[in-house]
Amino acid sequence: MAVIDQKNIRNFCIIAHIDHGKSTLADRIIEKTGLLTSREMQAQVLDNMELERERGITIKAQTVRIVYQAKNGEEYIFNLIDTPGHVDFNYEVSRSLAACDGAILVVDAAQGIEAQTLANVYLALDHDLDVLPVINKIDLPSAEPERVIEEIEDVIGLEAGDAPQISAKTGLNIEEVLEQIVEKIPAPQGSPDNPLKALIFDSLYDSYKGVIVFCRIKEGTVKVGTSIQMMATGAVADVVEVGYFGAGQFIPCEELSAGMVGYITASLKNVRDTQVGDTVTDAKRPCSEPLPGYKKVNPMVYCGMYPADGAKYPDLRDALEKLQLNDAALQFEPETSIALGFGFRCGFLGLLHLEIVQERLEREYNLDLVTTAPGVIYKVHKTNGEVIELTNPSNLPDPAEIEYMEEPVVSAEIMVTSEFIGAIMDLCQERRGTYISMEYMEETRALLKYELPLNEIIYDFFDALKSRSRGYASFDYEMKGYARSELVKLDILINKEEVDALSFIVHSGTAYERGRKMCEKLKEEIPRHLFEIPIQAAVGSKVIARETVKAMRKDVLAKCYGGDISRKRKLLEKQKEGKKRMRQIGNVEIPQKAFMSVLKLDDK
Amino acid sequence: MRDLELYVHIPFCVKKCYYCDFLSMPADDEIRRHYVDKLIEEIRQNAPDCSQYQVSSIFLGGGTPSVLPGVQIAEIIEELRQNFNIGQEAEITLECNPGTLTRQKLAFYKLAGINRLSLGLQSAKNRELQKIGRIHTFEEFLESFDLARKAGFSNINVDVMCALPEQILEDWQFTLKKVLEVRPEHISAYSLIVEEGTPFYEAYGEDELRRQRGEIPLHLPTEETERQMYEFTREALADKGYQRYEISNYAQPGRECRHNIGYWQMKSYLGLGLGSSSYLEQARFSNTRNLETYLEGRYCNLTEILQQAEREKAAGTREHREETQIVHLTKSRQMEEFMFLGLRMTAGIERKRFQQAFGVELESIYGNVIQKLQQQELLKQREGRVFLTEEGISVSNYVLSEFLLEVEEIEDCSL
Repeated sequence: MAVIDQKNIRNFCIIAHIDHGKSTLADRIIEKTGLLTSREMQAQVLDNMELERERGITIKAQTVRIVYQAKNGEEYIFNLIDTPGHVDFNYEVSRSLAACDGAILVVDAAQGIEAQTLANVYLALDHDLDVLPVINKIDLPSAEPERVIEEIEDVIGLEAGDAPQISAKTGLNIEEVLEQIVEKIPAPQGSPDNPLKALIFDSLYDSYKGVIVFCRIKEGTVKVGTSIQMMATGAVADVVEVGYFGAGQFIPCEELSAGMVGYITASLKNVRDTQVGDTVTDAKRPCSEPLPGYKKVNPMVYCGMYPADGAKYPDLRDALEKLQLNDAALQFEPETSIALGFGFRCGFLGLLHLEIVQERLEREYNLDLVTTAPGVIYKVHKTNGEVIELTNPSNLPDPAEIEYMEEPVVSAEIMVTSEFIGAIMDLCQERRGTYISMEYMEETRALLKYELPLNEIIYDFFDALKSRSRGYASFDYEMKGYARSELVKLDILINKEEVDALSFIVHSGTAYERGRKMCEKLKEEIPRHLFEIPIQAAVGSKVIARETVKAMRKDVLAKCYGGDISRKRKLLEKQKEGKKRMRQIGNVEIPQKAFMSVLKLDDK
Repeated sequence: MRDLELYVHIPFCVKKCYYCDFLSMPADDEIRRHYVDKLIEEIRQNAPDCSQYQVSSIFLGGGTPSVLPGVQIAEIIEELRQNFNIGQEAEITLECNPGTLTRQKLAFYKLAGINRLSLGLQSAKNRELQKIGRIHTFEEFLESFDLARKAGFSNINVDVMCALPEQILEDWQFTLKKVLEVRPEHISAYSLIVEEGTPFYEAYGEDELRRQRGEIPLHLPTEETERQMYEFTREALADKGYQRYEISNYAQPGRECRHNIGYWQMKSYLGLGLGSSSYLEQARFSNTRNLETYLEGRYCNLTEILQQAEREKAAGTREHREETQIVHLTKSRQMEEFMFLGLRMTAGIERKRFQQAFGVELESIYGNVIQKLQQQELLKQREGRVFLTEEGISVSNYVLSEFLLEVEEIEDCSL
C-alpha cells in the first residue's frame, strides 16, 4: 500500500454495556469493509481466545486494521481497537481508549443506557474522544429507538438525533455507521518527524516473535532497527519488526508513523517490560515527556493457588510465568501452607480475572489446582506504628499487636429498574454498603450509588445482584480507598486441627453466618472416615459454629461373585483413586474440592 | 499335576429378582437348548489346553442352572468328564432355586455326580421374598430342601440375604432361626447391595446414597443395624457350630466351599459359558457378555490366549489386543490380589505363602500398610498370619483398597 495519508486514518473503539452487541457490530464492520469474505467470517472475529469465545466476553484487547472505500471515493484505514468489557479490566479499557480518537457507543434499543454504558462513556469523554452513538437491536419487537435517543441526549448529553439505527445481527444500516465514522471521528494528529512517542495499549507474548507490543503512534516514526525505550520501565531494545493487524494475524510493514496503530516486536523477553500505558520512545532521540495516564496496575484480589499434586509445583511456576508474559496484571509469589504444601499467592484485578487465570492454567497447562478463598489487601496497623499490607490471612499478626485494621472500599454504581430498588438496597445493606445517592435517570430507572467494602463484592455480589433484580440490575465500581473496619480472622478446625488454607478475614458482624455456612459446606464435602470428625469455625479461641461428619460404620462388598475379580478390583481402585485427590490434615483426608467449594457460599 | 477349578455359567432364570445384576435372563426352551449346545462346543474346544491340569472343583452357577431340564445338566457334566481330567474327590456344586427343583431333576443331578447343592432362599418371610422379586415361598424352599435331602444330597448351602428394605433386626433373626432349623452344612449370609441398573436401584438408589453420606435412610436399614445383623449372624451361627471362614460365608467344620476358597487363594480356574471369567497362567480373561455373540460361537479361544500369555510372560511386556479382554497379571498385580482376595478369608493370608509366591518378604512390600492398619485395629497378626479384625471386616473395602500399590511401587517390583 502506498504511503497513507494521515487524514484518511480513523482510530476508534466500540463501547457498550455487556450484551448490547459490541462484538457483533465489530464483526459486521469487518465484514462490510471487505477485508474478509463472508465465508471467512467466524462469529465474533475479534474474540480469538478460546476462553473468550466460550464465555462470550473480551479479555484481551484485540485490534484490527481494515480498509474502507467511502462514498466520497476515498479509501480510509480504520483501526478498530477492541476493549475489554468487564470492570476487572477497567485500566486496560482506559488505555485502549487513549489509543483512539473516537468511540462508537452502542446502545441497546430495548434496554437503553445501563450503568456500564455510562461508566464507559465518561471514560471516553475523559480521553477527549468524539463519541458516535449507535442504536442497536432495532429489529427487536421491544425496541424503542425514540425513547433511547431521548435518553442518550438527556442522560449523557450527546446529540443522538441522527444516530444510525441498526441491527448488527442482521447487518441493517451498517453502511451508515461506516460513513459516520469517516465524517464524525476526527483524523489523528501528530507529526511523523517529531521524536517518537507511542502509547502501549496491549502486549502479548508469542513464542516465535517474543513480546509483541500493541501501540498507537502519537508522534514520530518507528521502523525496523530503531532503538526504542520504554519510558516507565526503562527497558531498551532494537525493533525487529513493525506491522499492523489483519484479522487475527500480524502483517509486517516498513514503518509506523504518527497517527497509526500497529505492533512492534523487539528483542524483549518479558511483557513486564512493556507495561500497558507506558510510552515508547526513540532511545537515541527521546521525546521530552511521556504520555499522561500511565499507572502500574495493582491486583485487588488475592488467593492461594496450589497444585493438586504437590510434585507439579515447578510446572505451576512455569505456567504462571508463561501466563504472566501475556498478562502483566497477574502477580504471584511463592507461599507455603501447612494444609496444601507449596504454592503461590497470586494477585488479580478481580474475581473474573482470577477465574480466567485459573481456567487457563487448568485448560492450557493441564494443571489440577486447589484455590483458597479469595481475599483483598487489608491494612493492618500495629500497636508499634507499623502498617502491614495483608494478602494472606495466615500472616495476620497476633490480635494483641493490632491497633486497628482497614479494608478497601469501592464506589459502586448500580443501575436498576424502580421495582427492584428496595431489593437492591437491602442487598447493599447486607453487604455493609453505605448509601451515597440515588438519581432517577427516568421514571422507571434509577442510578444507585453506594460505597461497599471490596471483600463483600468479590465473592458472589454480582450473582446476588442479578438474581434479586431478575437480571435487570447492572453494576460498575471503582476503588475509592481504605476505611477502618472491625475485622476478624475466621479459622476452620477439622478434627480439632486448624486448617490454614481455609482461614479468611471477615467482618465481625458476618463471622457467625459465614462460619456456619462454611461448616455446613465442609460437612457435605468431607467423606466419612472410620471415626467421627468435628468441623468447627472459630474466631480466636472461641468456637462459633460446629458440624460433625459421622463415622463410617460399614463398607463391605458382601458378595464377591464367581471369578469376576476385575470387578472387585475396579471397586477398590475407585476407592483408592478417591483418596489420591485428598489432602491429609492430621488423620483426616480432605478432598481438594472442599477447599474450593467454600468459595461459593451463596445464599439460596 | 496342577489343580484347576471349572466354573460353568448358566445365564437363565424364570424371572429376574429386583436386586439382581448378574448376567441372567429368562429364555425359551429353544434358546436354552442352543446355549447348551454351544457350551458343549466350547468345552470340547478348550479342554485340550488343560490336559496338564486336574480339576478339583466344578461350580455350575447362574442365573438359575436348575431352570434347565435335569438331563441337560447331566449332559454338561458328562461332557466335562469326557474332556477334562476330573479328580476323584472333586467338589461339584450346582446352584438352584426353590420352585424349580423336582424329584426328577435331583435324580439327574445325583446321577451326574453333583455332590453339593446351593439353594437360594434369601428370606424365610414370604412378604420379604415377594418384595425382592423371588418366585418362591419359604414353604417351597422347605419342600425343595427336603427333596434334596431325600435324593441323597448331604452337602447343601443356603443363601440368605440381610439388610433388605424395611427389614429390622428381628426379621433377620427370624430368617436365620428358620434356616438353622433345617441344618444345612453351609450358609452364605450376604447383605443386599443396591446395584445400578436394577429395579432396586430405581427404588432405593437415592436411599443408598443417603446412607453412604451418613444420613438416616428412609427404607434401607441403617449402617448400625446392618452391623448388628452381621454381628448377630456370626454369633448365632457360631453357636450352632458354623464357623465364619469368609466375610459372608459360614460352614460346619470341613464343609467350607472349596471352589470359593480357590478364588480367594488365587488358584487357576477356567470359566465356561456366557460372561464367565478365567484365571490361567497369570492371565485373567473373560467370555463375551452378549448372548447372541456367544451363540455365534465367539467365546475365548484358549489356545490363542495361552500362547499370547506365554509370549507376554517371555517378553515381559503386554500385547495390545482389544478384542480379547485378557489381562496378564504382573507380579505387583498378583501381590495386590493375593492380599485383597486372601484377606477376605477370616484366616487371612500366610506370610510364608507370600514369600514363596513372590520371593520377597511381605513386610518389604506392605510393611507400612500393615502397620498403619494394625494401629487402626483393622488388621491383626498371629502365628505368621495376617487377618482382618471384626472392625476390619465391617469396613473391609477401605482396608482392602489399601493393598493396591501406587504406580511407582508397581514399576519397582514388576521388574
